[in-house]
Amino acid sequence: MVELAIGIILGCCALGAGMAMIAGIGPGIGEGNAVASACEAIGRQPESKGTVTTTMIMGCAIAETTGLYALVIAILLIFVAPRSLVGILMSYIAK
Amino acid sequence: MKEKSFKFRIIDALLIIGSVLPIAFAIVLRVLTNPEADGIVITGANIFFTVKMPIQDMPITESQVNSWCVIVSLFFICLYLTHGISEKGGLRRQMIAEWIVEKTDDLVKDNMGDFFKSFSPFIAGVLGLSAFSSLITLVGLYPPTSDLNVVAGWALLVFILITYYKLKGGVLGYLKSFTQPFAAFTPFNIISEFATPVSMSFRHYGNILSGSVIAALVAAGLTGVSNMILGRLPGLLGEFPLFRVGIPAVLSLYFDIFSGALQAFIFAMLTMLNISSAFPMDDWLKRMDKKRAKKEKQSNKKSA
Repeated sequence: MVELAIGIILGCCALGAGMAMIAGIGPGIGEGNAVASACEAIGRQPESKGTVTTTMIMGCAIAETTGLYALVIAILLIFVAPRSLVGILMSYIAK
Repeated sequence: MKEKSFKFRIIDALLIIGSVLPIAFAIVLRVLTNPEADGIVITGANIFFTVKMPIQDMPITESQVNSWCVIVSLFFICLYLTHGISEKGGLRRQMIAEWIVEKTDDLVKDNMGDFFKSFSPFIAGVLGLSAFSSLITLVGLYPPTSDLNVVAGWALLVFILITYYKLKGGVLGYLKSFTQPFAAFTPFNIISEFATPVSMSFRHYGNILSGSVIAALVAAGLTGVSNMILGRLPGLLGEFPLFRVGIPAVLSLYFDIFSGALQAFIFAMLTMLNISSAFPMDDWLKRMDKKRAKKEKQSNKKSA
């Protein structure tokens, strides 16, 4: 039974990590939009290239934050959560 | 140009040694203490030893040691760049030092305004420390910025600065700003206050960490591919991971160099924007005017 329980914990952690990374879609679309608009702006006003590029990189970095939250959660689920959850299970069984 | 004296050259050599030695020390420490592993393992920072503390034990990890090595190395680089500079100029390093100072001054003035002119050393420090901490992966060391604790410390510093400059507009005004636009928004405003350092630290750490994780996964995958294709060959030839030679370096070009430098720039940029937008200039000016008026009144009373 304990093996089954540990297997369920590990599997659910992996599934959760995979599902958390669905959040990568949002920043991808957002950054794509930002870069497309920046390209348009540079095409219209080539002399403002420096400012537009800096602003775009800043905006991309900020839009990326939500994706990185998902990444951090996925990394926690893969590397940190299984050990602590199995520890909780073991302490429960020991009682 | 004047010929460099013997003493000048000796000091130069000492400064260069001082900037290289910490990195070499960190490499030696890593080679000596890193446990040997089969294949590719993704781990956090090594813990060297733990110091007993009253509330909680303090582990001394690789990230702390490496970041101190970077700090010492940067200190000696700065000393080297400013050694022997004069008003006349002439040394090549003076050009580099002046270029760095001018660029950071311009950056700070453009983004923060004239009031925060004195912030440029701090911004340059954050930028240099962050960039060099990320670029340290190029010599095979554990980057301190891929440890959340290091970056969270920097973000905490920025948070303290933000709160300090918000309080400059008056404590009452600071407390009142939480109830904008109306009182029901108070919990959300408090959350958004704490979200700034959290998002800053997560952004920096997540970018660097994801780079190293992806690089490790790609290296593991390429080992598998070369095993699959060349595994039938006899002896050492079959074990040699041919595809791992060179291909991960292309990824490293993006994840280590570009991403590291970009994240350092973004961290410094967000620091500047957050601090300068937190400062309520109008309220501060009003308070200063009031104070001045009070002082004048008192001095008038005294003189009368």
